[in-house]
Amino acid sequence: MTATTELKNIISEENKVYGKTSVLLDNEMHYCPGCTHGVIHKAIAEVIEDMDIQEETIGVSPVGCSVLAYNYLDIDWQQAAHGRAPALATATTRLMPEKYVFTYQGDGDLASIGCAEIMHACNRGENIVVFFVNNGIYGMTGGQMAPTTLEGQVTATSPYGRDCQTTGFPMKISEMVSLLPGTRYVTRESAETAGAVRKLKKAVKKAFANTRENKGLSFIEIVGTCSSGWKQTPVQSNEWMKEHMFPYYPLGTLKDE
Amino acid sequence: MGDIRLMKGNEVIAEAAIRCGCDGYFGYPITPQSEIMETLMIRRPEQETGMVVVQAESEVAAINMVYGGASCGKKVMTSSSSPGISLKAEGITYLAGAELPALLVNIVRGGPGLGTIQPAQSDYFQAVKGGGHGDYKLIVLAPASVQEMNDFVDLSFELSFKYLNPAMILSDGVIGQMMEKVELSDFKPRWTAEEIEKISGSWATTGKKKGIKRRISTSLDLDSAKQEVFNHKLQAKYRAMEENEVRFEKIDCDDADYLFVAYGSSARICQKAIEIARAKGIKVGLLRPITLFPYPTKQIQEMLGQVKGILSVEMSAGQMVEDVRLAVEGKVPVEHFGRYGGIIPTPDEVVEALEQNFLGE
Amino acid sequence: MTEEIIIAGFGGQGVLSMGKILAYSGIMQDQEVSWMPSYGPEMRGGTANVTVILSDNRISSPVLKKFDTAIILNQQSMDKFEADLKPGGTLLYDPNGITRHPERKDINIFKIPGAALATEMGNPKTFNMIIMGGFLKVKPIVKIENVQKGLEKSLPERHHKLIPLNIEAIQKGIENVETVISL
Repeated sequence: MTATTELKNIISEENKVYGKTSVLLDNEMHYCPGCTHGVIHKAIAEVIEDMDIQEETIGVSPVGCSVLAYNYLDIDWQQAAHGRAPALATATTRLMPEKYVFTYQGDGDLASIGCAEIMHACNRGENIVVFFVNNGIYGMTGGQMAPTTLEGQVTATSPYGRDCQTTGFPMKISEMVSLLPGTRYVTRESAETAGAVRKLKKAVKKAFANTRENKGLSFIEIVGTCSSGWKQTPVQSNEWMKEHMFPYYPLGTLKDE
Repeated sequence: MGDIRLMKGNEVIAEAAIRCGCDGYFGYPITPQSEIMETLMIRRPEQETGMVVVQAESEVAAINMVYGGASCGKKVMTSSSSPGISLKAEGITYLAGAELPALLVNIVRGGPGLGTIQPAQSDYFQAVKGGGHGDYKLIVLAPASVQEMNDFVDLSFELSFKYLNPAMILSDGVIGQMMEKVELSDFKPRWTAEEIEKISGSWATTGKKKGIKRRISTSLDLDSAKQEVFNHKLQAKYRAMEENEVRFEKIDCDDADYLFVAYGSSARICQKAIEIARAKGIKVGLLRPITLFPYPTKQIQEMLGQVKGILSVEMSAGQMVEDVRLAVEGKVPVEHFGRYGGIIPTPDEVVEALEQNFLGE
Repeated sequence: MTEEIIIAGFGGQGVLSMGKILAYSGIMQDQEVSWMPSYGPEMRGGTANVTVILSDNRISSPVLKKFDTAIILNQQSMDKFEADLKPGGTLLYDPNGITRHPERKDINIFKIPGAALATEMGNPKTFNMIIMGGFLKVKPIVKIENVQKGLEKSLPERHHKLIPLNIEAIQKGIENVETVISL
């Protein structure tokens, strides 16, 4: 037997231990090496496949690094103006209440320019899922300070470290939205280890199940990294995140009703 | 005889939306158009036709809800007044860029800034020349009566879906707050999910079915070469609108020596001015653009052999007059008469302006 | 026939609803109508006026500077609109609260003690229909039966029981209008 035939024999259904979900497209991702977006995309895609809701799911992508999320998940997408994804999702779920509608937003998009839209969508308890990727920085525009940038953190617009006396304090969005009666499920997750991704997928599944049961708004914050913006290697970024982000943005479920 | 009522222009917009099978209204209160959303809330169309009505947290949210709803292939609309339309400008250019159909209503008030709540026509440039960024056009309809407020709601949706482009009804507090006799349209059912797939299935984000390509509602293309091709496509669409969709009305033009050009409420005032002027022996007619984009350029040009002077009458400091001058190309004198900041010109003032400009009085 | 009317007074006097009922009455006899209000930013107690046009033809401007008829219900409106009547026009007013009576000699002037009659009828809300009666006596442009139909069409069903009272008020107005100057 040649090596090739040997390989062909191995590639068979009974030997399969892993398969890429077909909801994730083969398009090459534009994300930087070490970026958390790719992992999160895959987690969402896998849950969509597991729950068999691909045909019924509409995603709303933001402005920011994940503006092109529609190139990676094989579902129908709307691409929103900066910060406005929850408004698009509101109309979409109101007009097609049987669909699974989610927004996918970064911290500049959701916590800064889109603060009004997210607060009011949460307050109205729209039957949607919100994925809030918090890496404490504006990625796409080149690493500027975000509302979630930590005190003292160096960014392109806080080159001497964030001074909270003049720029305000890092905003704990999940804590804020959990206070609104319209939110049903609020959790803060991460995606830096296989275990963390498993937990994230459980949360994603619960959130879409909430949509199915018409329970209202599920809000999943994912604390992530931005190696390029933070000017670190991917490995350093994960360490820095655990050391600095997790204490300020503690992981875990804030609300589950 | 159909359903004849005495109604305000603003109320009629709401009623016409329900009757033409509109799926969703998303708005934010602002004078002088709040009756549109108020009427909808009183009518509770969700119980009658299933139409959704949402009071958004801001104009910005409202127009983006429209974007979301339009992306689903639904007939959706918003309404506002001048400062609110400025806030919606970003969303409007996104709608144009994503080639989404939607109805936008602007009940114009005097500006700039917060301005006044009284009627004006000073948002002509904003509606017709842009308002938001980028090379885009809206289909702009200017009703001059409460009946046209009714008729243009359905027409706007029709044109909007025909060209996959947002359409605007540009009116003001005169038509919005005035009551007139109106024959309401008959009820049309809202489109079913199957009809939406048939009409807009190539682009509406209703959930990706197996075997078909996913649909993406976006105005983004980072590849400039592709973006230019897309811009060519938009421009071709606008030229097709200019070819096929110009609407106008001529009044007393057959023997006219002079011509008023005016739209909306100013056109109504000019009709009275014609009565007054003709009683004095001045033969004046009116060309009323009904579509402000596409503009009745050719129709104005056709009058040039006949008239000795044109007075553009607007409740602005002189905006539409630029398009009249572009049409006329200096062949006859074109003058502007306007009152603004919320002041409505009287028919007598319009006649005086005509006399002063063209009759040496 | 085209009749261009201004009705002007205080908010709360029923100025706008009187105009609306008049316009509805016009519709009931197949006329073209327009009703164009103008009021201050106040929610209550400011001045209010409405231009009502009834015509057998398409109506041109709903906003006018000259009127065939002015129905004037307070002093500010007298000061503002007396001069805006066309020569030969008609001015109808309630002398209640009027300190400067109309002075023009080239118009028809009528007065009606609307406020006093409304008090007499024991219902201040009949005021505007009393004035309407006075107007219809001097300018019978709409038939009373069409006013009745207009009320039926414009009032919600639950208020239809008030229609007889309104018609009674109109009769009261018809009986009590006085000529001051008739050209």
